[in-house]
Amino acid sequence: MTRPTQLQDVAAIVVGASAGGIHAMMQICKDLPTNYPLPIIVTLHMQDMRDSRLAALFQHHLRLRVKDAEDKESIRPGILYFAVPGYHLSIERERVFSFSCEPPLHFSRPSIDILMESAVDAYGANLMGILMTGANQDGAAGLLAIKQAGGICVVQDPAEAEIDYMPKSALALQTPDLILTLAEINALLISLGDHHVH
Amino acid sequence: MEPSAKVIANRLNESKVNEARVNEPQRLSTLDIELRLLMEAIYLRYSYDFRDYAGASQKRRVVQAVRAFDCKSVSELQARVLHDPDLFMQLLQYLTIPVSEMFRDPSYYACLRQEVIPVLKTYPSLKIWVAGCSTGEEVYSLAILLREEGLLDRTIIYATDINPQSLEKARKGVFPLDRIALYAKNYQEAGGQLDFSSYYTAAYNAALFDRSLCDNVTFADHSLSTDSVFSETHLVTCRNVLIYFNRGLQDRALGLFHESLCHRGFLGLGSKESIDFSDYSQRFEPLQKRERIFRKL
Repeated sequence: MTRPTQLQDVAAIVVGASAGGIHAMMQICKDLPTNYPLPIIVTLHMQDMRDSRLAALFQHHLRLRVKDAEDKESIRPGILYFAVPGYHLSIERERVFSFSCEPPLHFSRPSIDILMESAVDAYGANLMGILMTGANQDGAAGLLAIKQAGGICVVQDPAEAEIDYMPKSALALQTPDLILTLAEINALLISLGDHHVH
Repeated sequence: MEPSAKVIANRLNESKVNEARVNEPQRLSTLDIELRLLMEAIYLRYSYDFRDYAGASQKRRVVQAVRAFDCKSVSELQARVLHDPDLFMQLLQYLTIPVSEMFRDPSYYACLRQEVIPVLKTYPSLKIWVAGCSTGEEVYSLAILLREEGLLDRTIIYATDINPQSLEKARKGVFPLDRIALYAKNYQEAGGQLDFSSYYTAAYNAALFDRSLCDNVTFADHSLSTDSVFSETHLVTCRNVLIYFNRGLQDRALGLFHESLCHRGFLGLGSKESIDFSDYSQRFEPLQKRERIFRKL
């Protein structure tokens, strides 16, 4: 690694959470503007229902555009993308999404590790990873991969997390750049947007 | 002041984003180079073309194979595979993903029954192509549906895949008994008319499906990467196969389907697959968008 990644070098944000994740996501995305300069790509563990209503639910509360990620869709800034249930979501080097039906990882499909590890191949050090509440160790290895590639790692303060197993699993593997509350992550995302100039 | 402000300030400097640096493509890692060389070697040696598969998933599966075959690197695996066709056949099981279930996404089959079958009934004889049939779960599901609708006897089903071991399993029609409860539930939800157990014989923890379901099924080796169209068809179903391809190869496959389908023929894809980003998006129209059933334009 030649130099530590600065916040303004971040080209994409990947987020993972499980139990309690909807509330946490809502908190950190509050007040993000419609013209947010980065893509935010999220894997939330949900019950394996066929149709997720996450995108509609979040769109109702956010100004930022929200949609389900689609296979072979090009990733664009200013959009909050959700992984759909039943498929792993990866990012290809060309910065398009792809789906796969490989077996669940950590009982999860989509898996946070798979999203984060593939994001590292696409974005290298220009990546911010955020891992929040959850009762599952999925995401800990993925966040470590982000760290090893020189990206910025953020873990929700376990003391605040609804379920602290997921953030603690991440902390067991690394000392992240930042351990923050949801309100602080929200402030971080907002200032990250402010410092990114088109 | 937000407690985070200081933290954030420490991380930020006032310089502007360097767009060029942020957006430059990532350099190929050694592993990426090895993967590319492996796919080239496999193509040249065995004529299986995985060069236009989506990279992220392929990488994970090759890395698993490297571990399983006790190799130190993809390069070592490549050297062994080049000289050992048996090992290649084992690697092929990693490169293809045989994950399927009968009547997967029951509403897809319900939609076929309600909206596609009535049109298919107007043809004196039918040809259906199950592309990427893997171990045959979709083929048997379709055959059951066609029998209940009185169409099976006048239908030829081409069930194709690149993996000979999967095709062999598909031909046998033997599925693990512990999967049957799920299949039966799917079958009922898909609008099945009988008791699901009337289609198989259970023995030794396995369910052997009625041989006569496959009287008109031709299982065949066919590659969407390298082969061409072999027949005119009325319905192509290709579920959760295209997601493993890059855009270029997706276009090639959709081109084959388009060419194979008769006027206003039907195409069924996996429940979250999309043709929106393909050159062919304007050459099919959705019949049922949610179920990913399209008609040729």
